[in-house]
Amino acid sequence: MKFSEAWLRQWVNPALDSDDLLFQMTMAGVEVDGTEPVAQGFSGVVVGEILSAEQHPDADKLRVCQVSAGAEAVQVVCGAPNARVGLKTAFAQVGAVLPGNFKIKKAKLRGVESFGMLCSAQELGLGEDADGIMELSHAVGADLAEIAGADLPLDDLTVDVDLTPNRGDCLSLKGLAREVGVLNNLEVTYPKITPVQAASDRGFPVTLEAKAQCPRYLGRVIEGVDLTQPSPGWLTERLRRCGLRSIDPVVDVTNYILIELGQPMHAFDLDRLDSGITVRMAQGGDTLTLLDGQEVALDPQTLVIADAKGPVAMAGVMGGKDSGVQGDSTNIFLECAFFAPIAIAGTARRYGLHTDASHRYERGVDFQLQRDAMDRATQILLDIVGGQPGPLVETVDEDSVPAQAEVSLREWKLNELLGITIDVAQVDQALQRLDFSVAQRQQTDQGVIWEVIAPSHRFDIAIEADLIEEVCRIYGYNNVPVTQPQVRLPLAQVALQHHSERQLRERIAGLGFQEVITYSFVDPKTEEVLGQALVPKALANPMSSEQSVMRTSLLPGLIDAAKRNSARQQDSGRLFEVGLVFRPKQTLEQDLTVGGVMWGKQKPEAWHSDNAGTDFYDVKGVVEELAQWAGLNLTYAVLDDSAMHPGQSAGVLLDGEQIGRVGRLHPQVENTLDVEELYVFELDALAILQRPKRGHGKVSRFPAVRRDIAVVVQQDISAQTVLEVLAQGMGKLCTNISLFDVYQGDGIDSEEKSLAIGLTLQSQENTLGEEEINAAAQTAIGLLEQHCGARLR
Amino acid sequence: MDIENVLKQGLEAADAASSLRDLEEVRVSFLGKKGGLTELLKGLGKLDPEQRPQAGAKINEAKVALQDHLAARKDTLESAAMMTALASETVDVTLPGRRQAAGGLHPVTQAMYRIESIFTGAAYEVVSGPEIENDYYNFEALNIPAHHPARAIHDTFYFGDGTLLRTHTSPSQVHTMEQQPPPIRVICPGRVYRRDSDLTHSPMFHQVEGLVVDQGISFADLKGTVIDFLQRFFEKELQVRFRPSYFPFTEPSAEVDVQCVHCLGEGCRVCSHTGWLEVMGCGMVHPNVLQMSNIDTEVYSAFAFGFGVDRLAMLLYEVDDLRLFFENDLRFLRQFN
Repeated sequence: MKFSEAWLRQWVNPALDSDDLLFQMTMAGVEVDGTEPVAQGFSGVVVGEILSAEQHPDADKLRVCQVSAGAEAVQVVCGAPNARVGLKTAFAQVGAVLPGNFKIKKAKLRGVESFGMLCSAQELGLGEDADGIMELSHAVGADLAEIAGADLPLDDLTVDVDLTPNRGDCLSLKGLAREVGVLNNLEVTYPKITPVQAASDRGFPVTLEAKAQCPRYLGRVIEGVDLTQPSPGWLTERLRRCGLRSIDPVVDVTNYILIELGQPMHAFDLDRLDSGITVRMAQGGDTLTLLDGQEVALDPQTLVIADAKGPVAMAGVMGGKDSGVQGDSTNIFLECAFFAPIAIAGTARRYGLHTDASHRYERGVDFQLQRDAMDRATQILLDIVGGQPGPLVETVDEDSVPAQAEVSLREWKLNELLGITIDVAQVDQALQRLDFSVAQRQQTDQGVIWEVIAPSHRFDIAIEADLIEEVCRIYGYNNVPVTQPQVRLPLAQVALQHHSERQLRERIAGLGFQEVITYSFVDPKTEEVLGQALVPKALANPMSSEQSVMRTSLLPGLIDAAKRNSARQQDSGRLFEVGLVFRPKQTLEQDLTVGGVMWGKQKPEAWHSDNAGTDFYDVKGVVEELAQWAGLNLTYAVLDDSAMHPGQSAGVLLDGEQIGRVGRLHPQVENTLDVEELYVFELDALAILQRPKRGHGKVSRFPAVRRDIAVVVQQDISAQTVLEVLAQGMGKLCTNISLFDVYQGDGIDSEEKSLAIGLTLQSQENTLGEEEINAAAQTAIGLLEQHCGARLR
Repeated sequence: MDIENVLKQGLEAADAASSLRDLEEVRVSFLGKKGGLTELLKGLGKLDPEQRPQAGAKINEAKVALQDHLAARKDTLESAAMMTALASETVDVTLPGRRQAAGGLHPVTQAMYRIESIFTGAAYEVVSGPEIENDYYNFEALNIPAHHPARAIHDTFYFGDGTLLRTHTSPSQVHTMEQQPPPIRVICPGRVYRRDSDLTHSPMFHQVEGLVVDQGISFADLKGTVIDFLQRFFEKELQVRFRPSYFPFTEPSAEVDVQCVHCLGEGCRVCSHTGWLEVMGCGMVHPNVLQMSNIDTEVYSAFAFGFGVDRLAMLLYEVDDLRLFFENDLRFLRQFN
């Protein structure tokens, strides 16, 4: 909300300069977002009247005017479209100084002499209007600076406050003044509002159907208004200083009441209303053309003001176009209502409308304010447009009017919750200054208990904590002491059989991977190219189609990050991410997952290494490193995954269950996504975070011996099969089995391959003799012959 | 044969030997079984018994002299050989060594772990929660009913089936209170989502939520904790101030400003020349929130705070564009390793 500081100071004027006052408001929870001077300095500008306006001989858009400021007329060239005979406007005479220290001198415009300048509001820093020169009604020769500063001094600030949703009570000058009064312990001078005497007995029937939504509705007819009158300068200037433009006297007055008292009002053209007003919920088929011209179909959750023909306004949000006051209206009907916050909340958002009225009603308008607001508006309006006011007619359902909240405040709770020891007199004073009335004040063993009744402008007071906050605000948040929580101190649980996510990240970083953080929402096209069986969960309101579905794997983000880095000349790289992936199965699974991507060379370029390209075994090595770190025995199986290269990828299994995948992307996927050869791995992080408890076997005192055997097997016998056969069959004498060479080529059938296997043999009981060693080697050969179709090479 | 002559020959031969092997040959030819001096000793028997002792002593003298000389010569040759060997083994010590390729953690993760360490050091637990939440945990249980104006500022991503992307880490408060009785001391770090994107907003960012529930927990304790945290995180004795604010799930609520970490309050670009940075929201947990999680508000009180990790990381590392954190440019990320 924007307001004028000078206006505020007319009501309450603490002995603080602007900076201190605004800082005080910010520190009390009324956050000042920004300020702007209401005017920039100018001088020598007076009201001038255009006596004649001729077309400039050499310029289509310029006119040569004779302008009088009271004495002799002078010639002024002007380009404004509204420069016309008879117009009184802002006339900067030769010698005048405009904002920005712009001095007005005699000048020639396209060959015609000009003695001064006619000004728009914007050129004088008096408003945004730059469409034409100002249109004034003041006496010719009057000083513009004096006119603009007549009501409120020109040395003023427009202050923008950013109010939290609980402080609807501050969405008006009245509320802000009350707050400043409280903070400075000053009385506030509120404007005197007296009931307007009816000059006619004309009323207009009002029926409340939706009583809970609209407990109170005040109406008043004013007949015979003259809407051709402009709004007076003081009114338009006050509105301008609060960020509002002048529209016409009726709208200006209702806006004025909105700013001054915080009460939204609406005016209808009485002659365009049929029979009477009914406040009701919208019914099937109800439509309304709003003031801004858009036609909306109303849903049944919408509170409307209707006449006999149908809705004429969306209650508390915006009026209808057809029933609104227009330039030729002569009889008007003023509405001033209390709509319940719950009835308006959400309406504006549902229709994509946000108005000053809905903003206030959503947060709560003082439910006892309507009578004052109606009288104030009527009086101001009568002064401008004349007319005969009818009686103020209040239609109310007292049962539906909110009750003023009654809340107890206990001294001990106040002190305990804030960690202070407050002087109860301070509490008394704070409550009083905030317009809270105390129904009962009781002294007990545990201190004072106040039974407090909240004022009707406070919708944010329901429980004791709300009062504690109020007292604390006045006490000063920064006066509350600073302490440490006093706690019992149990020791930490440190999981023996789990690694932390942090340890995992640090481990992978240790393997040369750089961590990335990619968006959890991805392009559905990428998900589709990666061809996972799941249909990703789609956002109903994504920011863009590229970020419209939730990732079912980490690959889209990792691939994209690799691609972007390649494009930035990063020829090699290793990236990883740890995060949730979202898998819609029977229920939605949100699985913590770890994944990585590698591309380019195996190692950074260096003088000592030949630089092979990354291949399957590099990425598999990473998974093996992680398995070893975790202490898990992972196995690898052929993978049926359309995202992956069929011959260079594997499923990663733990106890027979797949926990991830590793390998090269399918070349077709690489092509489609326009990326180079990428090697990826992805693992269920919870599986890899398991850390089986470590134990140990006896370390033998006897020497180990090694026997190497070379066998020939069919190509399709996997290394894993060979190693498993040996691991299961060799018994405890064989302490290590290593597959140290795989050979295909000369001397070996093209359907076959040669495997060289090293067996490490060691006994816990004795030094092995030649016989035992040979027997073990024979066992190995026998196992391989029997289970793998191997023959000794 | 003349002893002195033999000795002279021996000494000269030793000096002439240019390798350890040559030197060994010299030793053998003079001191070996058939060596010159050995032969002279054998010849002693042919001498007059009276001359024997004198001649014997002379020969021994010569033998010791030659042995000493050989040993010295051996040392010389050995050290020369060592020098040669060392010279041949010399490498360019300025060439880079063989290393594992370096990796590292994302700066936001580093900031997150810094935060975690500060709190776990004070016996806080770290908990996490789902990122796709339902309306209840993200809003209702935090005292934000449907149509509450506070919902408008959350710019929520919805899925259209009653679920949404959490807009803050505060739902973890609720999960935690549902799962464990007081006393509770937790922080909940994680990703959160809002429909917003510009220089200082990303549709996905990171928050840490903190919650302490116990008997006698006060607003003063909250202030102490928040001030401590900010000063520890930035390792500076920064001024901290608290402004009344509004969050539906805390009452009283406060916005926390910290003295600008860049200019220390002088006023600079980072703090928009105000000297202060708005860094977190906090407050005493609203009784409605505690009661919804079955915590007796007459016995227990609680404070909670929440802040953006990305923002703190930006301030800590003096990063001025939030988007750098999500571009994942290796040239940017590696600088934090």
